[in-house]
Amino acid sequence: MKCQYSCQTGEHVLARRDFLGMLTGGFVVGGLGALATPAVSAVLQKEQKRVLVVYMAGGLSQLESWDPKPKTDTGGPFRAIQTATPGTHICELLPKTALHMDKLALVRSIDTKNGDHGKGSYQMTYGRNQMPGVEYPHIGAVSAKALERSDNPLPGHIRIPGGSRGSDAAYLGPKYASIGMNGKPPANSARAANLTEQNDALRNQFRQKVNDRFSLKRRTAETDVYTQSYEQAKQLMEKRDVFDVEKEPAAEHEKYGKHDFGKHCLMARRLLENGIPFVQISHSNYDTHNENFNFHLEQLGEFDQSFATLIGDLHERGLLKSTLVVVMSEFGRTPRINARFGRDHWGTAWSVCLGGAKIQPGAVIGKTNENGTKVIDREVDHGDLFHTYLSALDLDSRGSFDIGGRAQPMADPAAGPIDELIV
Amino acid sequence: MSLDTKQTHVVHQWKHGKPVIACCFDPKGRYLFTSSEDYTLQRWKMDDGSKVAWPAHDSWVRDIAVLPDGETVITAGCDDQIIYWPVEGEKPEPRHTIKAHEGWVRALDVKNDGSLIASGGNDNLVKLWDPQGKLVRELKGHESNVYSVFFHPKEDLLLSGDLGGMVHQWEVKTGNLVRTFEAKDLHTYNGGQGVHYGGIRDMALSADGSILACVGLHKASNPLGAVNEPLIVQFNWSDGKELRKQPGEGVKGIGWKVEFLSDGVEICASGGSGGAYLLFFKPTEVKPFHQLKLPDTIRDMSLHPDGLQVATAHHDGHVRISRMEAKVADKPAEKK
Repeated sequence: MKCQYSCQTGEHVLARRDFLGMLTGGFVVGGLGALATPAVSAVLQKEQKRVLVVYMAGGLSQLESWDPKPKTDTGGPFRAIQTATPGTHICELLPKTALHMDKLALVRSIDTKNGDHGKGSYQMTYGRNQMPGVEYPHIGAVSAKALERSDNPLPGHIRIPGGSRGSDAAYLGPKYASIGMNGKPPANSARAANLTEQNDALRNQFRQKVNDRFSLKRRTAETDVYTQSYEQAKQLMEKRDVFDVEKEPAAEHEKYGKHDFGKHCLMARRLLENGIPFVQISHSNYDTHNENFNFHLEQLGEFDQSFATLIGDLHERGLLKSTLVVVMSEFGRTPRINARFGRDHWGTAWSVCLGGAKIQPGAVIGKTNENGTKVIDREVDHGDLFHTYLSALDLDSRGSFDIGGRAQPMADPAAGPIDELIV
Repeated sequence: MSLDTKQTHVVHQWKHGKPVIACCFDPKGRYLFTSSEDYTLQRWKMDDGSKVAWPAHDSWVRDIAVLPDGETVITAGCDDQIIYWPVEGEKPEPRHTIKAHEGWVRALDVKNDGSLIASGGNDNLVKLWDPQGKLVRELKGHESNVYSVFFHPKEDLLLSGDLGGMVHQWEVKTGNLVRTFEAKDLHTYNGGQGVHYGGIRDMALSADGSILACVGLHKASNPLGAVNEPLIVQFNWSDGKELRKQPGEGVKGIGWKVEFLSDGVEICASGGSGGAYLLFFKPTEVKPFHQLKLPDTIRDMSLHPDGLQVATAHHDGHVRISRMEAKVADKPAEKK
């Protein structure tokens, strides 16, 4: 199937030439690069990158997912299965995902040196250790800012499920903070029932007229921002159906699974297709101190169907080439099985799965020892992963945001990307 | 000596060294079979506690049953298989290896006359097998994983219990579903954690056949954190109505097994965050009249055919044998 965003149409080739010509002419400056002309912007918009984070809340067991150790003292009852990438095995709880592992990659050598939920969540989604009095932006805010499209009125940082506005953008500002969604259009985004379409149009025309007249004499940066916000809100109202997952056909709901996570995955596809730069969906809960195996059986059965369907759809629709997908948790789970058939918190040797964008399909980075108790090759941490996500989006992870004239590094300067994972 | 549950005491604690999962006496009382997290089976000789261990399934063994003739032991694996083994021998080799279910085989039981073996699994099915490993019948009707199976000791009936707290009664000869007992108290759905929890972990029928006891857990305020308590739910066999609930007062854990003893007393093995307990209930009372705390935590229990001894499987790598009668002499529990 042809890629919708990196297709080789004549129009695209011409535009790309124009874009490269302008680059050599020095129209784009370093770092994140301000887009100098609408023509360049148009090309980059076609190359729009996106991010999907699947957050396995509570701490997914790496042994029951991406780094199984069957028939060892820590292995537990599940077996490993072959995946679509020869030589790569994952846990038998993920048979449908296994069929897509030729499109995905694994990092099996994470040591975040942390076993606390809150700190782990911060590490993995902010790319740094949490410190009192210091605020950094969430990967969603960074993505929304760095991958922002001026022609798209939709918010850039969506969190599913949820229902409120997050305070997770730090110095990037509230525009890039997360908005929680539950598969329905945003509240108050519909035209009031007692306002006809015709009257609404007339009302807007009048507003536009007065606004234009005002701008002729008293235009300022503030009024421009106000006008832009209003226009964005108006366009968002026109696109409110993007957030309504019930608009998807019944067969799609069936394919993804009729449980909440299935619905959220389907909604994520819908949002990514509509150009939203960052979507995070969560699946709960993996904090299995008790009956780890029963609960992973239940949870991953649900995850596997929906996630594999989503990866398959993103691939078939050409979106995976431009969409970074990361399956993460706050940490992994202990190799040691406790007395209640549970596994506890473990940040010493665990894994994430990622793919799409510039991630090398089928790659396996790093290694743990025979029974998964320590990393023995290519140790990385959350800072390195954060750099890697940005690199996979074609961003310079060592670049900075210009915030009021002050450079703010996008990622922890003390870490760096896993270069061998980037194609 | 005679049964005296208040005098129950540990007489043997045999060390395997790896966490023990399941245990089952052979019907002749010569051996105890156990499974452990190291993927082996163990056969313990009751006379002297000597052990033979051998690799078994490609995964853990969740349940064990022995045919009444004492010649064949059957194991249920998390590798979807059941395996028939000879009881004797230094290195037992499988007699029959059967791909029994799609997913774990969680439970086994053997009909009193040895003619049928029942298995229950994660495919929500119950299956009946003959002593040669041939499939006799498949029973469909559960909507969640089958956690336990139990042949009626006198009638041609089978009971199967699932995660959702449903107990189906089947007519063995026809495979017809006769009725369903709903032990809803033994199932929890925790919306915040997104998990189903509990299930019918075991069943037993009183000697006169009047009371069906189902065991599991309740008060699961935090399933992922093991905050729950053991519970027996009793049903009146004749009309299927719930008789009473028997909670393990103040004990945290899962009720893994329940048995009726020869004097009518129910014994329940509880293990979990609160440790290991043998709880003793009079069948018509809701509170246990006696409880014995054991070391570590319990994961399974088996009643010896003499009716005086119980074996318990423990996470600390030990198998413990307790006698439910007064001590013969004041000597400490033997350690090996």
